[in-house]
Amino acid sequence: MLEIRNLSAGYGSFQALFDVSLSVRAGESVAVIGPNGAGKTTLLRAISRLIDASSGDMVMEGRRYNDIPSHEVVSLGIAQVPEGRRLFPRLTVEDNLMMGAFTPAARRHYRERLDFVYSLFPKMKERRMQMAGTMSGGEQQMCAIGRALMSKPKLLLLDEPSAGLAPVIVQSIFELMRRIRAEGYTVLIVEQNIQQVLQVVDRGYLLETGRIRMGGPSEALLASDEIRKAYLGV
Amino acid sequence: MEFFDIFLLEAVVNGLLLGGLLALLALGLNLVFGVIDVIWICYAELIMVGMYAIWWLYSVQGFPLWLAFAFGVAVTSLLGAALHHFIVRPVLTAEPINQLLVTGGVLFFLQAAATVVFTVEFRNIGIRLPGVSVGELHLSMARLIAFAVALASIVATYLFLTRTYVGTAIRAISQDRGIMPLMGVNASRIYLLTSALGGGLAGLAACLLVLQYDIHPAIGLSFGPIAFLICVLGGLGNLVGGFLAAFIFAQFISVGGFVFHLEWGYVLAFVFFIVMMFWKPEGLFARRR
Amino acid sequence: MGRTISLVLLALLVIAPLTGVGAYPLHLMIMAMLWGFIYTSWALMGRLGMVSLGHGAFFGVGAYVVVMLWNHYGMPPLAGAAIAILVSALLAIVIGYPCFRFKIVGHYFALVTLALAEVVRLTIVALRDTTGGSLGATPKPGIASGESASIYALQFSDRMVWFYIILVMWLLSLYVWNRIDRSMSRLALQAISEEEDAAASIGINVTRSKLGVSLISAVMTAIGGVLYAQYQLYVNPETVSGIAISLQIVFGAIAGGMFVTLGPTVGAVFLLLLSETLRVLIGNQIHGLDMLIYGALLIFFIIYMPKGILGTWLEWRARRAG
Repeated sequence: MLEIRNLSAGYGSFQALFDVSLSVRAGESVAVIGPNGAGKTTLLRAISRLIDASSGDMVMEGRRYNDIPSHEVVSLGIAQVPEGRRLFPRLTVEDNLMMGAFTPAARRHYRERLDFVYSLFPKMKERRMQMAGTMSGGEQQMCAIGRALMSKPKLLLLDEPSAGLAPVIVQSIFELMRRIRAEGYTVLIVEQNIQQVLQVVDRGYLLETGRIRMGGPSEALLASDEIRKAYLGV
Repeated sequence: MEFFDIFLLEAVVNGLLLGGLLALLALGLNLVFGVIDVIWICYAELIMVGMYAIWWLYSVQGFPLWLAFAFGVAVTSLLGAALHHFIVRPVLTAEPINQLLVTGGVLFFLQAAATVVFTVEFRNIGIRLPGVSVGELHLSMARLIAFAVALASIVATYLFLTRTYVGTAIRAISQDRGIMPLMGVNASRIYLLTSALGGGLAGLAACLLVLQYDIHPAIGLSFGPIAFLICVLGGLGNLVGGFLAAFIFAQFISVGGFVFHLEWGYVLAFVFFIVMMFWKPEGLFARRR
Repeated sequence: MGRTISLVLLALLVIAPLTGVGAYPLHLMIMAMLWGFIYTSWALMGRLGMVSLGHGAFFGVGAYVVVMLWNHYGMPPLAGAAIAILVSALLAIVIGYPCFRFKIVGHYFALVTLALAEVVRLTIVALRDTTGGSLGATPKPGIASGESASIYALQFSDRMVWFYIILVMWLLSLYVWNRIDRSMSRLALQAISEEEDAAASIGINVTRSKLGVSLISAVMTAIGGVLYAQYQLYVNPETVSGIAISLQIVFGAIAGGMFVTLGPTVGAVFLLLLSETLRVLIGNQIHGLDMLIYGALLIFFIIYMPKGILGTWLEWRARRAG
């Protein structure tokens, strides 16, 4: 579904990604793991066209979309849950979800999508009139994921969904990942929490200082010596 | 004593009516500032242009009044959008003061343009609305209408901002511009729309003002500064705060002008503003921004 | 090299009135220096990030206080000027202290100063019995018959006298600019304008410094108002106070370039040339055309030359060299 070929991108004169290639097939869930500063967020920003790619190809369902304006990416079927949740703090939960369904295509299915998200997150339904900024980190994460789901995306991008959350909440987030995956969504997660994320995805890539070092099925990655030594403290 | 009370009451009521109108002015300004983070120093001049547009279509061209009103609103909405697109956008990334100054340039430009086109002669659409007696109070029908329309517009704007996708997007973009593309929202388009809306509200104010006042290229100077101060008083960008501040300010003008003498009401209001700035610099009702 | 040129130009300026230039060019030079003086005074604050939209308040105070005290109480303008200086200083402190103490900056500061300018304008208009309101006022003639000047009344019919008075004041403003530049190191000034907290942490009393500069700026602008009133012999609340003149001052300083010593003066010259050229070309028939072009230019400058004429030129030159 998504193919990234030799992607290079950065910020001004600072290059953060070097010749990155990865792919995500329909129905898969894939993780991009790596340390802080590896360029994981940059990768997702490039995929969502928030920053320009300096070279390489980004292809979604066979269509190369390197040059489309950033606000058209959702129409391609790519929705992102950004780093740090980024909810609109002074909008209600429901307003936030509404924003997720802004595109004309999404608006047509607003009601049913809203019901779906509320069924996935009953807590959000309870708090639908609450200001998003007053919720706890875990609740905000749920709302942010729900917001991205409102557009019925073909590909869901998640940027460090566990960051800044208490371990108990982190557990529930990864449980959520399993559920979403079970619903058939195609997911690309970027995470620092290697141990947990590799248990909920099919495949993974290791990104270090802007380059893909390794890639493969999650069990293989979990078993690899390199990863175990460098990241799992074994 | 009886007489004094009645006139005082009239002053208070007139203050209320004025407050509605000022609240409409503040709404447009606050909207643009709250969303785009720019103060249109030339906001009153947009209203002035609207007033001339109405006068021109009605008094000069002879079209029906309602059409002239619609025309006025259309002109100011376009002007607002143009103002943003051609003048404000280039300086959005520059120092905030440049944004203030560039709209200051537009202020001069519009005033001068009006002078060139319409001369400094006072114009009037010549509609004299009768006075209205409510009990022992003598009120102006024009003011009552202005109040009603202003309030209706404010409610309509509120509903637009809270119940529609675009309206919600306008509120959202002022809270987090960066992720708007992730929602599929074209941020520039929202800014443009907000500017058109701000302009349109100015046009509405023009419709109401044209019923009460003469038109003159420099009339913007009479109520422009007031509009800014009301916005600051209510907390820049705070729509509800601006609404309340408008009524408070209007009372100072009206009752102050009654107790002392006409212009002193304004002086008093301005001094009140300066004092408030020191007591609550973020504005009387600002919670955040 | 640059120094020599400046000195030569200065010398030329000094002897200009003596070379028999007509009254009108002399008037233009006086106006250029007067506005140069005023714009420079504003820019003292502007360059530190304290953008005031209310200098019309100080200008108006200067102009009206001297004229009113002279007309109604016979107080000689020199004494009246002292009062005007006191009043403007007071206003500057009353507004400035709370603003700087409570970190009211940017938009808010600009609007508070705007309120001040409008308060002054409205007060002048409201006191119409004393001030003549929107019709303006003229200082009563104070030159005895047969004489051409009166220091007591601060009125001089010979333009040359005004020329030298204003020349001195203008040079003084440049001197003040340089002194402020040097008394606080360049770094400190920049620090205050950009990073208040950082500045405070290295021991600069930010509030006191800002207040000091504002005081000087306000007082100098008020003096400008005094000079203007006595030279033009006519004051009007719309032209010496309020938002319009405040914006003009800001524009003048910025058009020339407010980060450079001579910038504001260049701005004054520019504005003057502009209005005079328009007057010559278009005459007074099409009322408002000069303002139209003025507004358009202001917009143009802010968008394309935010450093002003002089500032942009200097920058361009530096880039060519570097």
